[in-house]
Amino acid sequence: MNYEQLVQSVIGDTENSLEKFLPELVLCGTILLMLLSRLFKVTRQLLPCWFLAGLGVGVAFVLAEPWEFLGGGAALEKTEIFTGMLVHDAFTVYFRAIILFTTFLFIVLARISRLADQENGPDFYTLVLGAALGMCLMAEANHLLVVFLAVEMASVPSYTLAGILKGNRKSSEASMKYAVYGAGAAGVMLYGTSLIAGITGSAHIPTIAWRLAEGIGTDYQLVLVLAGLMMLVGLAFKLSAVPFHFWCPDVFEGASAEVAGFLSVASKAAALALLVRLAIGFSAPPATEPVPFESAEPRSAVVAMKQLPAQLPTPMRPAAYDATVISEKAASEKAVLNRVVGMQTFLAWVIGILAAITCTFGNLAAYGQTNIKRLLAYSTIAHAGYMMMPIAAGLAIMARDPVAAAEAFAALLLYVLIYIFMNMGAFAIIAFVRNATGSEQIADYAGLVRSSPGWAVCFSAILFSLIGLPPLAGFMGKLVIFASLVDAGMYWLLFVGGVNTVISLFYYLKVVRVMTFDPEPEGRPPLRLRLASVPGLFVLVLTAPVLLLIIQWNGFYQWAEAACRTVVGN
Amino acid sequence: MDNPYLWPLTLLVFLPALGSLVLLLLPRDSHELIKRVSLFVTVIVFVATVVMALPGITGGPHFSLAEDAVSQMQSVFQVSWIPAFNIEYFMGMDGISFPLLVLTAFIAMLSMGASWPITKHVKAYCVLFLLLETGMLGVFLALDFFLFYVFWEVMLLPMYFLIGVWGGPRREYAAIKFFLYTLLGSVLMLIAILMLYFNSDLRTLSDEQLITAHVVPDQESIAAWRAENPSAGQAADAPRHTFNILALQQLGQHTDQFSKSVFTEGGKSIQWWAFVLLFIGFVIKVPSVPVHTWLPDAHVEAPTPISMILAGVLLKMGGYGIIRICYPICPEAAYDLAWVVCFVGVLSMVYGAFAALAQRDFKRMVAYSSVSHMGYVVLGLGVWSAVEPTFNGDYWKMGMNGAMFQMIAHGISSAGMFFLVGVIYDRVHHRDLDKFGGLFAKMPVYSGMAILIFFAGLGLPGLCGFIGEVLVVLSVWNFSIILAVISAFVVILTAAYILWAIQRVYLGAEYKGPHPEALTPITPREWSIAVPLCIFAIVLGVYPQALFNYMSPSVDHTVDVLIEWQQRQDRATVAGEKQEAKKQEAKKQAASEPIPLRVQNQDTDALTGMPAGLQINEKWSAVGISLQGAMHRGRKPRRWDPLWETYLRGIDSNKPVVVNRGT
Repeated sequence: MNYEQLVQSVIGDTENSLEKFLPELVLCGTILLMLLSRLFKVTRQLLPCWFLAGLGVGVAFVLAEPWEFLGGGAALEKTEIFTGMLVHDAFTVYFRAIILFTTFLFIVLARISRLADQENGPDFYTLVLGAALGMCLMAEANHLLVVFLAVEMASVPSYTLAGILKGNRKSSEASMKYAVYGAGAAGVMLYGTSLIAGITGSAHIPTIAWRLAEGIGTDYQLVLVLAGLMMLVGLAFKLSAVPFHFWCPDVFEGASAEVAGFLSVASKAAALALLVRLAIGFSAPPATEPVPFESAEPRSAVVAMKQLPAQLPTPMRPAAYDATVISEKAASEKAVLNRVVGMQTFLAWVIGILAAITCTFGNLAAYGQTNIKRLLAYSTIAHAGYMMMPIAAGLAIMARDPVAAAEAFAALLLYVLIYIFMNMGAFAIIAFVRNATGSEQIADYAGLVRSSPGWAVCFSAILFSLIGLPPLAGFMGKLVIFASLVDAGMYWLLFVGGVNTVISLFYYLKVVRVMTFDPEPEGRPPLRLRLASVPGLFVLVLTAPVLLLIIQWNGFYQWAEAACRTVVGN
Repeated sequence: MDNPYLWPLTLLVFLPALGSLVLLLLPRDSHELIKRVSLFVTVIVFVATVVMALPGITGGPHFSLAEDAVSQMQSVFQVSWIPAFNIEYFMGMDGISFPLLVLTAFIAMLSMGASWPITKHVKAYCVLFLLLETGMLGVFLALDFFLFYVFWEVMLLPMYFLIGVWGGPRREYAAIKFFLYTLLGSVLMLIAILMLYFNSDLRTLSDEQLITAHVVPDQESIAAWRAENPSAGQAADAPRHTFNILALQQLGQHTDQFSKSVFTEGGKSIQWWAFVLLFIGFVIKVPSVPVHTWLPDAHVEAPTPISMILAGVLLKMGGYGIIRICYPICPEAAYDLAWVVCFVGVLSMVYGAFAALAQRDFKRMVAYSSVSHMGYVVLGLGVWSAVEPTFNGDYWKMGMNGAMFQMIAHGISSAGMFFLVGVIYDRVHHRDLDKFGGLFAKMPVYSGMAILIFFAGLGLPGLCGFIGEVLVVLSVWNFSIILAVISAFVVILTAAYILWAIQRVYLGAEYKGPHPEALTPITPREWSIAVPLCIFAIVLGVYPQALFNYMSPSVDHTVDVLIEWQQRQDRATVAGEKQEAKKQEAKKQAASEPIPLRVQNQDTDALTGMPAGLQINEKWSAVGISLQGAMHRGRKPRRWDPLWETYLRGIDSNKPVVVNRGT
């Protein structure tokens, strides 16, 4: 391939890629627009930042077209874009939609609860969109470089968002802690990345998978394991998985409830998507050896190359030679399969153990909390554990039954969707109650059921849904996750999940008990929050899916399944 | 599929929930109106269930007593709900669930009537109460495991709040204890459900079985269904899992899908684990010793109407689950574990009775009497006394019928007892058994009814409690004489604590406790709640056939299919044992003197030619029927050798091997 061809193909590839990258481009454009609009007084007045941000995210969501790609019959082909840096498939579409939707809800929430005032509004919304952009990239990364860039791009705005309450010591402390932890984790992850890239000689994930399956890392197994674990450290930090969760309660306590909600849902969804991408990416090699710039090549060249072997005369070979080649080929194929299965089993165990520890620890630590945001922080840690379980199950079963593996990953995707409503709803209620009382202590929720019954019912429904009680939405999430574990035969993890469900009852119920059983604290006027108000309606809109999803969740599950089919089927 | 019963039954189940929505619109302070609306809803539900029971009703959902329908699922409808998981919105009723449905509606109506003294947060109370009723009705009608589980859990939340907000001084502790125990049981149940789901494959069922399980409506649509689900070996070879309880029953009885080992090769089978998990889940609800401890606390702290619901309906769900789900789906495990089930039943009976004897709190005593009485139910269900050579299931039928009758009877008597305790608690605000006495003089009508209901609970002949207990105890005799003796002995203990309580509370010269001035005769409202319970207690005691007509065809059918399973299993085991014996033979031939096994020889001499292990088996089997269960606790029921059977039959005037279908 000469230089001119290369340039030609890169141009062609970029044109193709930009089309598939449209939602992210819209986000970039919106960020620029927001930065420009604050320059002039007229645009500041006419186009407030929250409006621009909401509009931008909304347009990006519409352009992402999840209903088109996931609802339709034909599965979206998996294509690499930007010369293999990113990958565009149904999985991308699903997570992009999840992240954009969460961001949209967050912007609406921040607007309603007046988190960002006129002055710091542009900064705030710019950061939010920047983080969302990074999260989208995390979900579609196909190259170790992009993995690192995306993680950082999602993290750095998050550090600032955590400290957006200027002048608040706790908020600043949270921001600082988050940044320091994040930097450390990023460093470790980068080191792991460099080790892997160094051993396999590539940073393109399918190529790495191919070379690993070919046995390139056999001599460096210890280093490879170390590198994999180091990368996992970075992901575990984003996921707030034990033992890299220490930042989570402090940051959630210090950051405003709205930001905590955003971080707990969108950031976690992106991290899970990345975990799935990397785990499958490393352990499931593509069917054919990935060619660099494969997608970049002009179509005519591909056709010409494919036709080439047919023109060559078939060499005459003795039968014995043929037999040796075939048997050698079979042996090497078997070795490849063994390596792949070995890697998948290893990853399944690592992720499964991490999930079990995270889940148990999160639930146990939540028990003693008195601050509602800290409590929910531990709850998100526990939920990270639940959400890692289907990944372990999917990896364990992938070699045997790809369809079941796709179903396992679909369980994760459905759970993430449900989790948006549960956690955004919970944090929205916390934010509005904070606006009314100025307190985030659980004890101050006492008597809520008498003064604002509608809110108490909504909050209780969300908390019970987080436990996973039917008929609330959380149950469907738990059901599909447990189902994937049974299907994969991981009964030990299922047992851990079941016990954890029972343990988690205590602390969620503690909040409910305070709200409904306890008398109102003295010295505080009854907290009157009406449902027929803008915050009330927002809470209702988030609670409604939690209550009503039981009636028909087949469609969402099928979306999730459609999203996962392409991921496993490579 | 044509579903004429879809909307009527859905409406029946969700009517209380709709009622609770209506309540939300009413002003918060109009207590009387809210209570009246709630009572009206419960009355409508009860009337609807009674109408369904009337013979001669043909349109709409109804319970038909016609010969060909009475033992089968009736008024069935099914709608595809979540196709991705093969979940259906699938309901129906048979003679097991229908009486419990009527009981639910009946007790709910009465306890709503008993809710008038509630004055705290009346609106929330009624809303939760009606949601609870929807959950209860749904559990008894659901035939899809997912739907069943959802309804099962739907009851949990309202119950938690009803105990926790409106209960006594230790209500929070009692409420969370109840919640925790039940949730633990439900999680175990969920695991079992998923295990069964992922190991089920509908395609292995025969046409007839598919129709029985309502997977396909009729013979015509079989072909289409088969084409949709190509059987193993063809192109799209994906197993077709199911949550359909009836189909799972068929799979458990007719295929070996649930007999695979779970964890290790040769370990316990799927159905063994599923049975254990489900049984623990249900037995927590029953509740049986040792997982009963939530019950006394919940009962003591709960307000009177909720105690009535708890004892009258919620406890029955455990028994219902065992008879509907545990036994038919996991027959092999149930057969192996029959002794465990019976032991749990007897233990609860004895422990509950002794504990009741020791109580000083009136309500706590009644609560422990519930533990004791529900022990009869577990025992009656667990008796697997169908034995060769005739495979006569009469005694087991007797036990199951007794257990089912006991459930209904206990629903009436225990709800009555809790209500009557509540009546005096409302007046004098204490329940200390030692501080009562002489109530007969002050409240004669009330005391008369109370003594009647307590006698019904005691199991006095002529009242409802007697029938169930006597049937269960009789049936156990055939299973194990020791257990029968113990369970008969419990009757004396029951008599002791109930008579002692009556003596301390109602008899005696004078009232010794606080607030003697408050002991006024019962009001018409209280009267109108107690009287129906008394009437039912008498009617069912004198004419139990009124209930058995509805119930026993279905119960007998359940037993019959299990006995048929046992017969098939036996034949298969005999064949398997022959092969195994041959294998052992082959092994032994290398090592020692070969022992000839003359399988084909019908001569009794063949006995001597059997391997040693089988001979011991022989000997025990010959000793007595009651040892059958004790001996056969291995994974495969090892039974008589065919030769021995032939030998016996020879003596026994060639009695044919038939299943006796009568009661």
